[in-house]
Amino acid sequence: MKTYKLMKEDFPQFLSLLQEKGNLYGPVKSKNHYSFEKIDDLSKLTFNYTRTLMGLKKFVTPPRYKVKHFDKSGSEDIIPENETNIVIGAHPCDIHAMKILDKLFLGQIKDPYYKKRRENLVIVGHSCMPDENCLCTSTGTDMVSDGFDLFLTELQDFYLVWVGSSKGLFIIMSSEDLFSEKIDMCDIAEYTTWQENRQNSFKTTIPFHLMPDIIHLIYEKDELWNQFGEKCLSCGTCSLVCPTCNCFNVEDKILINADEVVRERMLDSCTLPYYSVVAGDHDFRPDRTKRLKLYYTHKLKEYIGKWGQPACVGCGRCVTYCPVGINVKTVSNAFYEAIQCVREVKKI
Amino acid sequence: MISDRSKLENPYEDHLATIIDYRDLTSDTRYYKLKFVDPEIQKHTGDYRPGQFAMFSIPGVGEAPFSISSTPTRPAFLEFGIRKVGSFTDALFKKKEGDTVYIRGPYGNGFDMERMEGKDIVIVSGGLGAVPLRSVLLYLEDKRELYNNVFFLNGARTPDDMLFKEDFLAMHAREIIETHLTVDKDPTGEWNHNVGVVTTLFEKINGRVDNDNAYALICGPPVMYKFVIKELLEMDFSKKNILMTLERRMKCGQGHCGHCAIHGVYTCLDGPVFNFWDYERMVELI
Repeated sequence: MKTYKLMKEDFPQFLSLLQEKGNLYGPVKSKNHYSFEKIDDLSKLTFNYTRTLMGLKKFVTPPRYKVKHFDKSGSEDIIPENETNIVIGAHPCDIHAMKILDKLFLGQIKDPYYKKRRENLVIVGHSCMPDENCLCTSTGTDMVSDGFDLFLTELQDFYLVWVGSSKGLFIIMSSEDLFSEKIDMCDIAEYTTWQENRQNSFKTTIPFHLMPDIIHLIYEKDELWNQFGEKCLSCGTCSLVCPTCNCFNVEDKILINADEVVRERMLDSCTLPYYSVVAGDHDFRPDRTKRLKLYYTHKLKEYIGKWGQPACVGCGRCVTYCPVGINVKTVSNAFYEAIQCVREVKKI
Repeated sequence: MISDRSKLENPYEDHLATIIDYRDLTSDTRYYKLKFVDPEIQKHTGDYRPGQFAMFSIPGVGEAPFSISSTPTRPAFLEFGIRKVGSFTDALFKKKEGDTVYIRGPYGNGFDMERMEGKDIVIVSGGLGAVPLRSVLLYLEDKRELYNNVFFLNGARTPDDMLFKEDFLAMHAREIIETHLTVDKDPTGEWNHNVGVVTTLFEKINGRVDNDNAYALICGPPVMYKFVIKELLEMDFSKKNILMTLERRMKCGQGHCGHCAIHGVYTCLDGPVFNFWDYERMVELI
């Protein structure tokens, strides 16, 4: 991986360079949360933040978007135009989440709507410091080595710029005078010191690696699940903010002229009441406990079987935003505590 | 139909099909026969397996999955048996001969008919379960010489509730497949076949199935599976050879929308045909 040094005084110029290349998005504070927004005024950008409300999924599976248009002459797919959307400020967990979505939507069957939006997206990652809700050391997503185009590690006077793709290298090449390949030993020492400091800043760990087995073994112990099922509001916030939740619903909308129809996709959540209802009103998951079981087995266990890793990236969004405290941390900890047995277990 | 959807630029590509025939099967279930409008697509109508399903689309109403009821061995048209149970089917039932719907598919694993060649096959259906299994039955009639004994056990609540009743009575008469029909009760008094739940038909085939080399294909209401599976296990059927086809909510048909997930599998990709081992290891399957 090519790595460059970008001096902090040159950073505004770098941002202007990105703006020339495409539509620039980045983290902006709005009321009590941060979110990736279109940047027209560079002074609104802030990198001293922990997590945005929604991760990068809003760029590739927006909350609601049109997929098809029908009129009397026939139908037409609505695939986004070619454009360049550059998002700066994504954290390692956000990038890991994108890699998980890529596996799903760009696997054997490629979703054309996702594919085009993904191709249009340039990801410029940014280093971060954790708060008490960050769980990415437990999920193994605290570091990232691919899935981005450029990644900036912010140090005292400069950024280390890691190049993750030819698109990223192209950006560097187009303004070479901003970037230097001369990284000396002290620069490296500054980076490793920062890295160690960051590693030591994580306050929360969860026994994540044990969850697939624990969930499998307690799956039918409903009393453990009911403590969460009884509290759950079925509001779907956890799915909305989760950077890997990608379930969608499809709805047709008849336009006011009554001659045209648009088919729209919108984010859905398996915690919402109608999620598993089939025609004739048979509901495969009629209660909240059953729906939460799906959410957490899918998130912490089953995704491992399908893609070789859990679908949680430890970003802490569910921890921050669930109004009743049901999240990967409380669920994992409750299950882990439930198996703390008084019988002495010998290590074999 | 385009079975390898990964080759399509847009796997959601659907095609206009014309309703060329329809009739009521029961008071709430209707038979539809469709043909693709585009002759190039029509050429590939038979590109599916028995047990697969298709997504119908009516602009302004939405999309919904339906089991294919015809057989790929008769590739001139597609047939479906559809019960009116919701907003999509309300709109569909307003369509008449000559009207069109969009169809994309086929989806799902379907039944591996080649694997069953040379074996005994027991087909058990109840109610609406006859719809996907009719595809298998017609397929087997057309390729009967490739299979050993084939038995068909079908149940309905009353004679008036039996889907494809005329088809199945004709099948009974043709004797290409040994067909046994039953109804839970017969208010008409004109029913010349068995009366009783579908499991009462098992005595007609007991001892006549080569259990070590046999497959059972089941589809019906959730309550039926338990009792039918019990009978099959008592007959010493191999668990991997007990195949059932299931229903779930679906929005995409290709493993992306998430609705049909059961544990680690997607009904639309890994199903809708599952075997008894799947049922045993996944508690929420039925």
